[in-house]
Amino acid sequence: MNEIDYGTPAITSDHEVTLHIDGVTVTVPAGTSVMRAAVKAGVMIPKLCATDSLAPFGSCRLCLVEIEGRRGYPSSCTTPAAAGMTVRTQTPKLAELRRNVMELYISDHPLDCLTCATNGDCELQAMADEVGLREVRYGMAGANHFTSVKKDESNPYFTYDPAKCIVCNRCVRACEEQQGTFALTISGRGFDSRVTAGQGESFMESECVSCGACVNACPTAALIEKTVIAKGQAEHDAITTCAYCGVGCGFKAEMQGNEVVRMVPWKDGKANEGHACVKGRFAWGYATHKDRITKPMIRAKTSDPWCEVSWDEAFAYAAKEFRRVQEKYGKNAVGALVSSRCTNEEDYLVQKLVRAAFGNNNVDTCARVCHAPTGYGLGQTLGTSAGTQTFKSVEQSDVILLIGSNPSEGHPVVGSRLKRRVREGAKLIVIDPREIDMVNAPHARATYHLKLRPGTNVAMLSALAHVIVTEGLVNEPFIAERCETQAYAEWREFSARSANSPEAMETVTGVPAADVRAAARLYATGGNAAIFYGLGVTEHSQGSTAVIAIANLAMATGNVGREGVGVNPLRGQNNVQGSCDMGGFPDIYPGYRHVSDNATRELFEKAWSVNLQANPGLRIPNMLEAALDGSFKGLYCQGEDPAQSDPNTQHVQAALAAMECVVVQDLFLNETAKFAHVFLPGASFLEKDGTFTNGERRISRVRRVMPPLAGKADWEVTLGLAAALGYPMHYEHPSQIMEEIAHLTPTFAGVSYDKLERMGSVQWPCNDKMPEGTPLMHVNAFVRGKGRFFNTQYVPTDEKVTPRFPLLLTTGRILSQYNVGAQTRRTENVQFYPEDVLEIHPHDAEERGIKQGDWVGIQSRAGDTVLRATVTERVQPGVVYTTFHFPESGANVITTDNSDWATNCPEYKVTAVQLVKVDQPSAWQKRNAREDEKQRKLLAGAARK
Amino acid sequence: MKPEKLIKMANQIGAFFDAMPDREQAVAGVVAHIQRNWEPRMRSALREHVARNGDEALMPIVREALRIIQKGS
Repeated sequence: MNEIDYGTPAITSDHEVTLHIDGVTVTVPAGTSVMRAAVKAGVMIPKLCATDSLAPFGSCRLCLVEIEGRRGYPSSCTTPAAAGMTVRTQTPKLAELRRNVMELYISDHPLDCLTCATNGDCELQAMADEVGLREVRYGMAGANHFTSVKKDESNPYFTYDPAKCIVCNRCVRACEEQQGTFALTISGRGFDSRVTAGQGESFMESECVSCGACVNACPTAALIEKTVIAKGQAEHDAITTCAYCGVGCGFKAEMQGNEVVRMVPWKDGKANEGHACVKGRFAWGYATHKDRITKPMIRAKTSDPWCEVSWDEAFAYAAKEFRRVQEKYGKNAVGALVSSRCTNEEDYLVQKLVRAAFGNNNVDTCARVCHAPTGYGLGQTLGTSAGTQTFKSVEQSDVILLIGSNPSEGHPVVGSRLKRRVREGAKLIVIDPREIDMVNAPHARATYHLKLRPGTNVAMLSALAHVIVTEGLVNEPFIAERCETQAYAEWREFSARSANSPEAMETVTGVPAADVRAAARLYATGGNAAIFYGLGVTEHSQGSTAVIAIANLAMATGNVGREGVGVNPLRGQNNVQGSCDMGGFPDIYPGYRHVSDNATRELFEKAWSVNLQANPGLRIPNMLEAALDGSFKGLYCQGEDPAQSDPNTQHVQAALAAMECVVVQDLFLNETAKFAHVFLPGASFLEKDGTFTNGERRISRVRRVMPPLAGKADWEVTLGLAAALGYPMHYEHPSQIMEEIAHLTPTFAGVSYDKLERMGSVQWPCNDKMPEGTPLMHVNAFVRGKGRFFNTQYVPTDEKVTPRFPLLLTTGRILSQYNVGAQTRRTENVQFYPEDVLEIHPHDAEERGIKQGDWVGIQSRAGDTVLRATVTERVQPGVVYTTFHFPESGANVITTDNSDWATNCPEYKVTAVQLVKVDQPSAWQKRNAREDEKQRKLLAGAARK
Repeated sequence: MKPEKLIKMANQIGAFFDAMPDREQAVAGVVAHIQRNWEPRMRSALREHVARNGDEALMPIVREALRIIQKGS
C-alpha cells in the first residue's frame, strides 16, 4: 500500500544531468538530489529524516554515499546529482557507518515493536532491518528519550509520544513547509530534545490546526492517528476524493474490510499533492454516525410520525405525490435541487429527471447561494464559467491578490499553497473586511491589507481599475490582440472617471486611497499576478458585478492565459463546480448551454426521447417565492439543506411548510427534512462510485470503499424515483452515466472512467482537441473569442446601516466546521468549535456593555437570534461576524433575502444589525428548539408500516 | 411572486446595464437577461403588475426593456 518515497521533492529544470549509481546510468533534471536520482535508478538508499514531501535536511546520517573523486561520505539527500558523477550506495564502509548510526537510534528507542501501532509500517524498524542491525552495544539503560515522558493525547485525532520520537524534524518541517503554521519546534538538547507544540503547550492548546501533515511525515509511532492505535493497520486501500470543500483533495482511504482505518492525503493527487486539512484528513466519522438514517420513510403530514417503508414503497409514494401535485397545480409546480456534495453523475441524473420526468426546468443547485455569480461573471467576460488555472500554478505567481476569501479556514490546502508562495517571496494583497489569517501568517505577511467595509467590493475593484487605467499600467498590446476594442474603450473611459478614483471611493470603502493606489500598482506591475477569490465576492447584491470587475482587472493587465496568473474562484463545496457543469441550473443543460438553444435542446430531446421546455425554470429563491404564492408545491431535495443554509430562515421555513410534497434525500434528518413527507436515505462519498469536479475544473474519481448503509447509492435512488415517475433510466454503473455525459457535452467529450483511471484526474475541457484535458484556460485566445470588458458601476446595497441597525454583519466559515455542519458536527471537530459565535470589535462591545462570552441578541430587518460574543480586533469597528455551522444558532434567521442582480445569489455578507446584551435565547431559537424536539420524537417513533 | 420583489430584481438588472454608454445595447442587455433567466410566471407577474399599477417603480431602462419583451411575446 505504501507509495514510493523518493526522499526529496521533484525538481523542475530545463537541463538534465546523467550520472551513474551502483552501475546504473540515470538521467534527471539538474538540481535533483542523488537520493532521488538513485530511486529513479531503482536503488533505494536508507534514510530516516528525508521524505519527498519535504526539502532535504541531512540530519539522520543514514543516507551516506560514496562519490568518486570526493572525500568523505556525503548525505545523498542534500547532494545534488551532477553530470558524470559516479555514486556507490553499498560498500562495506557505508554499511558500517549506517549500522553505527542505527545502533545509536535504537539505543534510544523503546523496543516494544510487537505492541506498537506502527509495527510493520515503521521506517525506523525497516531501516534497522535494512542496515542489518543485530545488536545494540550501548544497552538500553542510562539517559534516554523514552522514559519519564508523558504522551500527549489532547488532540482528538492523533497522539504524540515523545518516547518514540527520533527527533528527525520531519514533523516540524511538515508543519512549516507544507502547512505553513509553524506550530512545532524541537525544544531542548540531547536526550531532552522534544517536539514541542506552541510554547510548550499540548497540541490541542497550541496553534496547531490538526492538518495531520506532521502525522503523515512521522517515520515512527511518535505521531500517529488514534484510529490506527485503536484498530490496527489497514490491509487495503483505494484512491478517492474528499467530500468537503472545493479544493478536491485526493485521498487514500486505508481500509480493514469495509471499515476506514484512516484517510491519508494522496501524494499524487494533483489538487493537494499529499497535503490535507483537519476535515478531509480526520473528520470522516460522520459516515458511520449513529444519526445516519438508513431506512426510507414517508408521512402524509409533517406533524405525523415517520413510517419506515421499503425503497419501492417510498419511490411509489413520492412519485404518486409529485404526479398528484402536477395534476392539481400544473406541470411546473414541482422541481428539484441537485447536490453540490453528490457526484457529477448523480447531479446529471437529477437534472435529467427534472427535465425529462417532471417535464420542466425547475432544477437548481446550491451554487445559487455561493458561486453562481462566478458562472455568470466569468462566462460573460472570458467565456467559461470556471477558474482559469490549476492550483499549482500559483507556484509561478509573483503577486497574489486575495479578495473575499479566507483560504486558511475555507480552503486550507490552497491556503497553505498561497502561504508557501508568499514565504518564497511573492507579494500578497488581501482585500477583506476582517483581519483573516493570511494577513499576518507566520513568515507570510500581506504587503497590503485593504480592510474595506462589507458590501463595497465593486467600489474597491473600480478604484483599482482607475489607478491601472489612469497611471498607464494597462497592458495595451494584450488587449489589442485579445479583447473587444469597443467594450474596452468604454470601460477605459468609465474607469478613468474621477468618481471611480481611490480618493472618491475612500468614503465608500473606508480604505485610504494611498493604499489602494499602491496595491493597484503592485498588482499591475509586480510580475505574474493571480487573483483568488471566494464567497466574500459573490455573496453580495453586486456579486456578479464584482466577478466581472475581477475579470476586467486580469484582462487589463494581461494576467490571463499563462502560468502564475489568472482568475481563481475558490469554490465552496466539493462538487459545486460539477453541479453547475452538469446543468444543475434552471436555464442551462450540461455544459452551460441555454435551454432556449434549439440545437442543444433537440440533442437532449433525441437522447432522452422526450420533449423539453425552452423556457428557463425557477431558481431556489424563486421556488420559495412561488411556494408562498401557491404555484410551487413539490420539491425533490438531494443532499442540500436550504432550511439551514439559505438566507432568511423564517421565509424558507414558511415556503417549505407551504409545499405538499417535499422529498429529502440525505444522510441525516437535516433541517429541511423536518418539512419533508418522504425521506430517502443518502450515501456518503465512501459508499458510492462517481466523480467530483473541483474549483480548478479537475474531474477526479470517487470510489466506493464500503457498501451503502441504506443499500443504495444516491444515483440508484434517483433511478428508482425516475422509474416510479414512469421515466425509467437504465444504468448499471456511474461509468455509463459518464459515457452519456461525454456523449452530450462537448467539454466532457473526452472524459471516461478509463481515462481517469489512467491519468488520475483530468481538467475539462477534455475532448478531441484537448484529449489530456486543459489545465490552463484562455492561452492564446479567450473561450468566447475576444475578452469582453463591462462597466462595473458601484451600486450600494439596500442593506444600509441606520440608527436602528448601526452595525454590519458578515458571515463566513471556520476551519474545523463545514457549511451547515451536518457532517463535521458529527465528528470530533466539535472539540475545536462547538458553537457559532459572534465576533465583535472591542469598541462596539464596550459601547453596549458586552464582554467576552456574553449572550448577545442580534436583530436585523429579517429576524433576530442570540449568540455568544467573542470580542476581537479581527473585525473592524462597525462590523460583526459569525458562522452558520449550527442550526440552533439561527445565523440565517438574521440574513435577508437581498440577492445578486444577475443570479439571485443571496447577500449573506452584508446584513445591517443591532446588538444587545441578553440572558436567554431568542423567540425563534426557543420555537426552533421545540420543533426540533418534536421532529426528533417523530423520527424516534418511526414504525415499520 | 411578490411584485415588489420582481420590481427590485428588474431594477437591479437595469442598474448594471445602465452603466453601458450604448443605450440600445444596454436595453438589449436587460431584455436578454430577463428572457434568459426569468421563469415565465415571473415575467407574467411583472407584466400584470405593470398593467395594473403602471411602471413608475421601474427604472427607465427596465421600462424600455419590458416594452420590447412584451412586443416579442
